[in-house]
Amino acid sequence: MKNKIKRSGPVLFSGYNRGEAIRKVITMSREDILFNIKESRLKGRGGAGFPTSTKWMLVAAASSEEKYVICNADEGEPGTFKDRVLLVEYPEMVLDGMVVGGYTMGAKKGIIYLRGEYEYILKSLQDYIVQMRKDNLLGKNILGNEGFDFDIEIFLGSGAYVCGEETALIESLEGNRGEARNRPPFPVSTGYLGNPTSVNNVETFAAVSHIVIKGGEWYRKMGTDKSSGSKLFSISGDCERPGVYELPWGITINDVLIMVGAKNTKAVQVGGASGVCLSKDHFNRSLAYEDVSTGGSIIIFNESRNMLSVLKNFMEFFVEESCGQCTPCRIGNVKLLEGVEMLEKGEFTFSYINRLKDLGRTMQLASKCGLGQSSPNSFISILDNFKGEILNRTGGKNGN
Amino acid sequence: MEIKGTRAPVSQQSLQVEKPEHPEHIGGSVSIEINDRKYSVPFGTTILEACQMNQIHIPTLCHHPDLCVAGVCRICVVEVEGMRTLQASCAYPITNPLKIKTTSDSVRKARKNIMDLMLSEHYGECYACFRNQNCELQKLAKEYGSDGFNFGHVTKSRYDVDHSSYSVIRDMDKCILCKRCVRTCIDLQEVGVLEAIDRGKDTHIGTFFDKPLSDVICINCGQCINRCPTAALRANDPRDEIWEAIDNPNKHVVIQTAPSPRAAIGEEFGNAPGKSFTGEMNTALRKIGFNKVFDTNFTADLTIMEEGTELILRLYKALVVKDETVALPQFTSCSPGWVKYLEHFYPEFIDNLSSAKSPQQMFGALIKTYYAELNNINPEDIVSVALMPCSAKKFECNRPEMNSSGYKDVDYGLTTRELAQMIKEAGIHLPEMEQSHFDDPFGEASGAGLIFGATGGVMEAALRSVVEFVTGHKAEDLFSNANVIPVRGFEGVKYFEIPLTEVGPVPGILKPLVPNWDWLKGVTLKIAVAHGTANAKKVMDNIKAGGKFSECHFVEFMACPGGCIGGGGQPIPTNAEVRKQRANAIYTEDESLPLRKSHENEHVVNLYETFLTDGPCGHKSHKLLHTHYIKRGKYIS
Repeated sequence: MKNKIKRSGPVLFSGYNRGEAIRKVITMSREDILFNIKESRLKGRGGAGFPTSTKWMLVAAASSEEKYVICNADEGEPGTFKDRVLLVEYPEMVLDGMVVGGYTMGAKKGIIYLRGEYEYILKSLQDYIVQMRKDNLLGKNILGNEGFDFDIEIFLGSGAYVCGEETALIESLEGNRGEARNRPPFPVSTGYLGNPTSVNNVETFAAVSHIVIKGGEWYRKMGTDKSSGSKLFSISGDCERPGVYELPWGITINDVLIMVGAKNTKAVQVGGASGVCLSKDHFNRSLAYEDVSTGGSIIIFNESRNMLSVLKNFMEFFVEESCGQCTPCRIGNVKLLEGVEMLEKGEFTFSYINRLKDLGRTMQLASKCGLGQSSPNSFISILDNFKGEILNRTGGKNGN
Repeated sequence: MEIKGTRAPVSQQSLQVEKPEHPEHIGGSVSIEINDRKYSVPFGTTILEACQMNQIHIPTLCHHPDLCVAGVCRICVVEVEGMRTLQASCAYPITNPLKIKTTSDSVRKARKNIMDLMLSEHYGECYACFRNQNCELQKLAKEYGSDGFNFGHVTKSRYDVDHSSYSVIRDMDKCILCKRCVRTCIDLQEVGVLEAIDRGKDTHIGTFFDKPLSDVICINCGQCINRCPTAALRANDPRDEIWEAIDNPNKHVVIQTAPSPRAAIGEEFGNAPGKSFTGEMNTALRKIGFNKVFDTNFTADLTIMEEGTELILRLYKALVVKDETVALPQFTSCSPGWVKYLEHFYPEFIDNLSSAKSPQQMFGALIKTYYAELNNINPEDIVSVALMPCSAKKFECNRPEMNSSGYKDVDYGLTTRELAQMIKEAGIHLPEMEQSHFDDPFGEASGAGLIFGATGGVMEAALRSVVEFVTGHKAEDLFSNANVIPVRGFEGVKYFEIPLTEVGPVPGILKPLVPNWDWLKGVTLKIAVAHGTANAKKVMDNIKAGGKFSECHFVEFMACPGGCIGGGGQPIPTNAEVRKQRANAIYTEDESLPLRKSHENEHVVNLYETFLTDGPCGHKSHKLLHTHYIKRGKYIS
């Protein structure tokens, strides 16, 4: 598969020497490393945006013999492909970041949870790990540093979208059905096999490798106040130059559209199927945790697209990918999809559609994990932002 | 005792709350606010528990006090200040001060929507359902004022009803996926037959490769039935066949009644748990039309004679004859769920199972032989019903080897719930019945037989007799009021030692079997009691590893938590408090009886004098009262 890196930035797609971050951190104290990450204000790049330093501090502070560093490479969000590109093109940044995590948090074991569909990367990653062991970047007494042991293992997922949710991922790792756990307790205290565990996104580890070398302050200078650094965006859909872009946080959607050569754009889906769908009047908004937050997926739809079909596609996805554990997500998504089908046929009442939007809000509030909490986002945002198109198209003839 | 290893995924285990290093600094309790009122609760309490402690009602559905937390139905959500989403109160441990709202606008809307979603997928009509008026979903729908199917309602059946099992029927159209059955099977019982299969809208509870229940390693304990909030699980109901037999003038219909149903059946008629309705039930059974009403406690006494003798013989062979093939410890075999569990999970230990049949099956064999002869009735015309607290008894009476009378020894196993239904159908209000006795020739039974119903009961009954046989002293001299307190109670595994410091003469009935007791002098009798198969598993793994329990002489196992009083055929709900009350009812009745020891039951003595003339474990009793088992293993083709 060809990786389309369309724009490199100062962080992720920049020069990096293998093992550099590891060589740097063994000269630093754990506190200094954590301080740097805190200074950088790095937030989780998977989409949820939890401060990385907080997560690492909690694991580092936990008193346990066994701790785990898990790299969440179960990149399953529709329209996201940046982690795959990182793992293929720059595995050294990601794996070094994991070793840094192991050193900082006192974990001896790292696990890459690789998306099942990425099986074709498995071999090259395994070869890379073997090479790291040979070079003593993994294994016992790393780089001659007495007592610094860390090794990485790869676990291949089986294709369930929900396993990108960190606790479902851990269940899957333990050999159980991929279902989210109750939180609290959180993985930082009770994670893999009941031990303190830090689950971080591929891109987060890559960012860490750069931060420990160049310092937190350098990183924080990029982006916005609340969204520091740069971000990888997977851009697809109706545009001339789809691919992976490294961009500073805070860039507006309009600027992105110009950059990728998108014309006659009607809608932009930010954050994949679980994200929100924005219409033109939102294009001046910026991509940042404080405005339009995203794990990096941007899908562009031009004027020729039918938004109801778009929504239907997303809802079909969630009906299939809900783990089926909790009521709001399992049945709620089915009801939302049925609502879309009613709209398609023009057989609906406004009061029922409003009831479904209310159900969507319940799903956002009451579902057990992020899947159900975010699955109604598309439904609600498309109905809100493209109300005219959807209701005119179907006429709302039974409306009341 | 350090025993590790459980099959349950972490997500289905009890909450793990990190204890603070210095709980005394925070007084071990946390100040919280619920609906603007201040409360103080112990550290680690869940929000649900905190509300229950303070009389604040929270609706629940997937939550069950016997089971680990699931947090999947989401009906119990509450608002916690500072959190973006609502939190499942059953799954949220309080470890820091919280402000909680249990009835805010978003909470009410969420609960209503969730309720409507569940109703949309729940097939069937309430008035045509056996759980009508005893259904937790129905109760919640009422509580939330449901007045329509706001998100539609399934009109077509999606699943075939699984009738394959003799014991448990599964109707997945009624399932709301609360997973209580899954947690019961995996976590409470550690059998692991049921699990969620597929995902999303296709999620359903199923067995290994969705095989019929009869073709998997289900032990028929029926604990899943007791915890199902709806009508998705039920016992295989023989009421129609029994009514038909009663209506047939050519059939002689007899019923034996086990000790546990009488201690629980009142609950089906609105009584609080803890009161026995033995006499009232006898009268009701006769009114329904049963020709004879017998007391299973009689064959419980007989079981003690047979199983106790078997134990003595095993010990004699092991200690005196030095026969190394003798399997010890001897395991009880009264609980058919436990027997099947052992056959599947520890088939290499089936020689340890007492060959004595369960009281139900002993009774079955006697009714169609001894009783038929005595009353000159053709056994073919006898319909033998067994009232049991148990769903596995239905399977047991259908085991092909259970026909030593030449006929099917017991025709139907009837549960407490099903009998209550028959009594209601007959227009009888049980508590209003006058009391009456059991029928002869099995009319007398001891309190020892009665306490078989509670965990430790079989052991206590056996000890009351064995200790008298061997020491020559009265049981009352060794245990205050003949109550063997150490084997009572609900601790998962109980262990007890009795040093036999002196021995007496061999009683007449055992003289053909052992010359004297000298070989037992100085021996310390070691016994253990386990209830619930999860606890049985602990003991079995310990025995397998050569641990402390492998040194035991006799171990009582019951498949169900609490023993038979907590059986899969007992009234719903069953939980720890209810089990305690039912056990109290049994122990109270035991103490009120004049006869407390099995070997003093004159009818049992008479049976050995007139019918089983070659004595306990003799030829005839072996033919009628003993059985064999099958090494089933876990792989069933």
